[in-house]
Amino acid sequence: MEAAAAKLIGAGLAAIGVVGAGIGIGTIFAAFITSVARNPAAAGNVTAMTWIGFALVEAIALYALVVALLLLFVF
Amino acid sequence: MAAEGHSPLAQFEIKPLIKLQMGQMDVSYTNSALFMSFTVILIVIFLIFGMRKGALIPGRWQSMAELSYEFVANLLRDTVGAEGRHYFPFVFTLFMFILFGNMLGMIPYSFTFTSHIIVTFAMALVVFFGVTILGFVKHGFHFVSFFVPPGVSVLLWPLMIPIEIISYLSRPISLSVRLFANLTAGHTMLKVFAGFVVSMGIVGGILPLAFVIALTGLEILIAFLQAYVFTILTCFYINDAINLH
Repeated sequence: MEAAAAKLIGAGLAAIGVVGAGIGIGTIFAAFITSVARNPAAAGNVTAMTWIGFALVEAIALYALVVALLLLFVF
Repeated sequence: MAAEGHSPLAQFEIKPLIKLQMGQMDVSYTNSALFMSFTVILIVIFLIFGMRKGALIPGRWQSMAELSYEFVANLLRDTVGAEGRHYFPFVFTLFMFILFGNMLGMIPYSFTFTSHIIVTFAMALVVFFGVTILGFVKHGFHFVSFFVPPGVSVLLWPLMIPIEIISYLSRPISLSVRLFANLTAGHTMLKVFAGFVVSMGIVGGILPLAFVIALTGLEILIAFLQAYVFTILTCFYINDAINLH
């Protein structure tokens, strides 16, 4: 298989990694909605942590994207 | 018009504006440096003119300047405690620089300097080395006890300590890649969908246009969020160095 084709297939496979981030973000916001629904007074406390958690999980999706971009444009 | 810059990645190109050479080193003033200068000038104007009146009951501009100060000061106090106020100038500078840099990048035809890994990596390295040196200065050699998680039996140490050290060393990488990849991916997506708006014509282009509008809103949120996350992780790392666990 020639290098260019292998690069494209590799980049496509690397992009599958964002699935984990999709599950993670869904989990975080499900926990957020559940906790605010049970205890609306706690909304202020958990909101900040929710956004930090979201940014950390999204970073994982972006690591997968970085691998894909590395394969396409650096190698 | 020249048929260049059709790749969505062309917006990240560094263009030298004033070419300067120091021996073998190229120290030109680039578009990245230009936007960093704009950022600093904008922050200085925002804060100095905001606090010019110094009234006890703040007007609108002073309110915003005080809001940004309080936001970072509260962050430090909530994560580090009273000790944190020594690091306020550094953390505040970091937050405002990244925030204003990200926001300036949302202006069409501008340049986002935080979308380059070398810029974010430099900032993350400063945080990493600063926090490590801080830990060693504050605790001396005892700082290495940070790598032993509390409540773990001695038998597990050969497994846990390398894991802890590796996750500590991955901090500057995750800090820098998070910011760089978020901004690069966001701006690339904006360019790609904007290209669809043009290529799909007047009627077909309505859907991609709506998506670009929504994406721009999301990118402004991400610009603020990434500045906030970089800053709060810096505060967590400072807390780790000062109060070991």
